[in-house]
Amino acid sequence: MSKYLLDKFLFTVDRDPGLVERYRDDPADTVAWWEEEMANRLLNCVDAEQSTWLSFTADERRALVEQDHVTLFEMGAHPFLTLTLFIAMFERDHGPLEYQKAYGQAMEHLTLPYPDIAT
Amino acid sequence: MATVCAVIASTHHPFYYRASTSTGADRPPFADEWVAKIEAFRETLTRARPDVLVMVGSDHFHQLWLDNMPQFLVGKAPYFDANWYNEEREFGLPRMRLEGEVDLSAHILRHGLDAGFDLAFSNELRIDHSITCPIITLRPEADLPIVPIYTNIFAPPLPQPRRFVELGRTIRRLVESWPGDQRVAIIGTGHLSLELGGPRQFGEHGPDPEFDRKAVDWIASGDVDGCLGEVTLDSLHQPGNATHGFMDFMLMMGAAGDGVKADHVDSLDLFHTMEAYFTWYPEGALS
Repeated sequence: MSKYLLDKFLFTVDRDPGLVERYRDDPADTVAWWEEEMANRLLNCVDAEQSTWLSFTADERRALVEQDHVTLFEMGAHPFLTLTLFIAMFERDHGPLEYQKAYGQAMEHLTLPYPDIAT
Repeated sequence: MATVCAVIASTHHPFYYRASTSTGADRPPFADEWVAKIEAFRETLTRARPDVLVMVGSDHFHQLWLDNMPQFLVGKAPYFDANWYNEEREFGLPRMRLEGEVDLSAHILRHGLDAGFDLAFSNELRIDHSITCPIITLRPEADLPIVPIYTNIFAPPLPQPRRFVELGRTIRRLVESWPGDQRVAIIGTGHLSLELGGPRQFGEHGPDPEFDRKAVDWIASGDVDGCLGEVTLDSLHQPGNATHGFMDFMLMMGAAGDGVKADHVDSLDLFHTMEAYFTWYPEGALS
């Protein structure tokens, strides 16, 4: 499990308008590109300085490709990051608050304690 | 020495700006009542005649990130740009720029370190809606210099609730020991019960009205001991998965003082989360 890397994906996509659209339109391509190019980038350093050890598990990659917010929650991805990015991608297709409510209803089977989000 | 002219604690609801500025069919039915409560709240700051604002809030993964996460951070810069692309996108918040009060930042850093808080600092900090929301509600002119102080209520492991209270007490003492005759308002924002990205989000009320009722009572009466007796890092998961933001209210209870009743208390039950507003006047009630 690499909750940190899931969060890093959500964080870096959410803050970039171009990546938000790219992930909405072509999640498989975006996730593959991101893992190859971005996963090991140190965000506060020049490109030449990179980490060497970060990659998704198969389940994590699948959850991101399928844009499966329930599984991301169950994996312990930070719920604020997931919610913010998914609202940016999908609220536009729904009426006022309709998407936010459906997002929560899809998780109605989950009970406390929720998955640990500590990284 | 400086005077703490007001201590103010508030929720920070990013939907207020859009709700209060929308018109016609776009204006939500609760907007007029919300605006009336905010205008009364704003008057409590105006009446205190502040020169400087110490602003306590929490970065929502904007500038502060998991590769280098401070627990408590003081901004020390002549200016702070404010609000981010995803806050424009989701909440319609405007870009802003606020002046910094560098000398007070330096004073809080030096003497905070000496008082046992290993404060991080930032000389280039773009602040987010946890600080700009109370600027919009309480001082929309955005004409006063600020010292932003960020707390980590967001990325575990978090400091203990008691530490937030102690930091609030320390900030109060540090402001009161700042040489000069400035009038300083200490303003902090947090949450009552709140769920974000979980099954209890965006309900008819906040996820735990019973917690909200107790929380408002603790804050309004300054019941620091009662609050610390019930609130733990574990217990805050129960009212909603984003309720750790309540610890910023606990920080403000520390700044207001143990057992000190708030001079202004108001709340508004909205969908998703309850709003709550508190003002204390350390100099005594202002007319």
